[in-house]
Amino acid sequence: MDKLSCDIPLTEMPPILNSRRDFLRAAAASSAVAILSAESAPETARASPDKVAEPVLPPATKAVTPFKVSVPQSAIDDLKRRLASTRWPERETVSDWSQGVPLQKAQALVAYWRDKYDWRRFETRINAFAQYRTQIDGIGIHFIHVRSPQQNALPIILTHGWPGSVVEFMEIIGPLSDPTRYGGRAEDAFHVVVPSLPGFAFSDKPVEAGWDVNRIARAWATLMPRLGYERWVAQGGDWGAGVTHALAHQRPPGLIAAHVNWQFVFPEKLPENPTPAERKAIDRAALFANDQSGYFREQGTRPQTIGYPLTDSAAGQALWIYEKFQSWTDNHGNPEDELSIDAMLDDISLYWFTGTAASSARIYWENTRSGKAGLSGGRIELPMAASVFPHEIFCPPKAWAEALWPNLFYWNELDKGGHFAAFEQPKLFTEELRKAFRSRRA
Amino acid sequence: MSMANDTQEKTEISVPVSSRREFLGAVAATGGAAILSADVLPETAGAGTDKVAELVLPPATKAVIPFEVHVPEAALDDLKRRLANTRWPNKETVADWSQGVPLAKARALVEYWRTHYDWRRVERSLNALPQFRTELDGLGVHFIHVKSKHPDALPIIITHGWPGSVIEFLQVIAPLVDPTSHGGKPDDAFHVVIPSLPGFGFSDKPTEPGWRLPRIAKVWGVLMQRLGYTRYLAQGGDWGAGVTTWMAKQQLQGLAAIHLNLPILFPPPPAPPGGYAAAEQAALAQLGKYANDASGYASIQGTRPQTLGYGLADSPVGQGMWIYEKFKEWTDNHGNPEDALSLDAMLDDISLYWFTDTAASSARLYFESFQKDFARMPLDMPVAVSIFKGDMFTPPKIWGERTYPKLFYWNEVPKGGHFAAFEQPELFVTELRKSFAQLR
Repeated sequence: MDKLSCDIPLTEMPPILNSRRDFLRAAAASSAVAILSAESAPETARASPDKVAEPVLPPATKAVTPFKVSVPQSAIDDLKRRLASTRWPERETVSDWSQGVPLQKAQALVAYWRDKYDWRRFETRINAFAQYRTQIDGIGIHFIHVRSPQQNALPIILTHGWPGSVVEFMEIIGPLSDPTRYGGRAEDAFHVVVPSLPGFAFSDKPVEAGWDVNRIARAWATLMPRLGYERWVAQGGDWGAGVTHALAHQRPPGLIAAHVNWQFVFPEKLPENPTPAERKAIDRAALFANDQSGYFREQGTRPQTIGYPLTDSAAGQALWIYEKFQSWTDNHGNPEDELSIDAMLDDISLYWFTGTAASSARIYWENTRSGKAGLSGGRIELPMAASVFPHEIFCPPKAWAEALWPNLFYWNELDKGGHFAAFEQPKLFTEELRKAFRSRRA
Repeated sequence: MSMANDTQEKTEISVPVSSRREFLGAVAATGGAAILSADVLPETAGAGTDKVAELVLPPATKAVIPFEVHVPEAALDDLKRRLANTRWPNKETVADWSQGVPLAKARALVEYWRTHYDWRRVERSLNALPQFRTELDGLGVHFIHVKSKHPDALPIIITHGWPGSVIEFLQVIAPLVDPTSHGGKPDDAFHVVIPSLPGFGFSDKPTEPGWRLPRIAKVWGVLMQRLGYTRYLAQGGDWGAGVTTWMAKQQLQGLAAIHLNLPILFPPPPAPPGGYAAAEQAALAQLGKYANDASGYASIQGTRPQTLGYGLADSPVGQGMWIYEKFKEWTDNHGNPEDALSLDAMLDDISLYWFTDTAASSARLYFESFQKDFARMPLDMPVAVSIFKGDMFTPPKIWGERTYPKLFYWNEVPKGGHFAAFEQPELFVTELRKSFAQLR
């Protein structure tokens, strides 16, 4: 228990960073992502290395350029070929998930991915949203941007974490932006901005170090005014909560409040005689540190090394993520209790087709290296709101938040949902944001 | 790294472990490993799941049965096909190894593996040695066993760790067994036994939990008895040091002394009244660096070996880099692992893990024992220690003295690292000869 530092970060790290577009062929047409794939099955084993599906993103400029997702068929074929020739480890030696994803569950997921899953369905769905890329601080940032029909809607930027993506928020974009169509009230409307983190999905992969949550927060504070928003709020969970806490510290002009569904409010010094609620939070954080943070420590220290198997093995990438859907959602033992296989594979496929295992893992490296890492995000003056979903990795008591957030204006503890709150419980999540920000509207 | 607890009782429990052979076809011929591989390249993407090279080991019995390694051509072809099809991550964002194996190094290793490396060469080296499998506590254990022609040779069991294998010791076997042909004296001779840990190499993969260090240590004692040795020595580094330490802890019958090249002197002994001395501070710093920056692999292997196993079992570049990184971080080099070990030597070891598909089963040793059994404990047994200065942990002698009351040899070797026998076979042999000279 002396090592509570499971290193959830809020740190400072400067350096410079070139645009990924320097590395991209001039080829790619703007406003569409092209994932180029050459023939993947070699004719003979001795053949020279084959060109394998490589993501190429259109160059980003300071303009806000429309973007659509279009994965070439060759990349889909390559995926299926890899899945068909998966080489498996032996079965686990336990009868539960304690060693990771059980072999039988793994084989079932991979069989579904190969035989039944339809990426084109997902593409149609994501392309129904207005998507863009724009260059901020040297890299291209991908985002969904849906303006509400309500003129006075409140602009909000929603940030995902790992192993999440914009996919997590697709169900709530409609209800947030157009509440009257989804049983809500016009005055609860939001203009919704959902970016992909640097190194994730269709944002560029940073090519130099320095993209920690503080720098990402500064990029978000550039993005919102670029979209014409002068008064806005921020929301996030997981690394999205890290970015949102960082934004709250920075208090960029225009940011009036923030909501997080993961709260970094551990006291610097743990209480000597914890209350039952404090005890529970401490125990859950300790469980995370002792049994559940292997992925965290590996990604935090050697993101490149773990990137090799996950980029090369579709099964490896899928199960690396699937494990988290089992561990972190509010389920009865199986991730399918809480999320559909299609929903999980949408997210997994997004990581796979974009080849972002290493670049997404690098966010752990960026934010845990500089030493100042912990579960406490420190004192925040910005007005803060929080929704605590019961199956979150840990659930801090309200008193801890009150001690660090003098302007806490909303706190609610729900009875359903877990770490991927918007993904798991879109209706509850939408309602939380409506309720939380009601008092912040002009 | 925590103190060992509740381990002693556990050693008495014999968890029923069914032999892997129950899962294997009746096929395999005794005395030879067969790795059966069906056609690996799918004809169409929509086709059913393809059979992929699968390891099949001959069933083990209580008899000591000769064994040879033969990886079928189909498995070699499958490996090269996978390497040719590697899908790469983007380049690291740093100019060093701090994010893991740099992309350029990774590509170079894979290119060599695919176009130059010859598995048949190491296969011949292995098969030039007498190898066997025998069933111990329900599990088939593979080992090399070379008897010395010298009648007074001392029997020694040498245990590898992770990501090592019996391959680490190929260069030291002849000098140990036949010293007079290798610059030594007849009374430097050893009878050498080198097993593959359960779940490693050509030993069976456990199918039930419970293969913790004390249990492995115990079956090593049974193995030495089965081979007819009534007075013997044990040696190890890394997990091999863990096994060897537990052999001593359990006072196995016939075990006369041990030698460690990574003494399990962590967590460190309590600080003396005046505080830790400078040499101790350096070792503490090594432990701190390990915990903070260099133990991610152990953390994931210790908690989710199965999940990690999927990527490593399916991707040779993944398996290759997972191990190659350790050759960089733990050998005595000047920035490149090739300073300490040849590409061929590293790929021999990596290929052994790949062909045997033992990423998950080897990682599982961390799940079983890393937090429970891998910790400093006093030993009532003669202990010899060689510290190779390039190892990632080089504790001071004072810690050895405080932990091992019968410490009879301690030497700091200026060259060599964590894979001491692999990196510096001659120095390693010298250490064993010097250590055990006084026991003869």
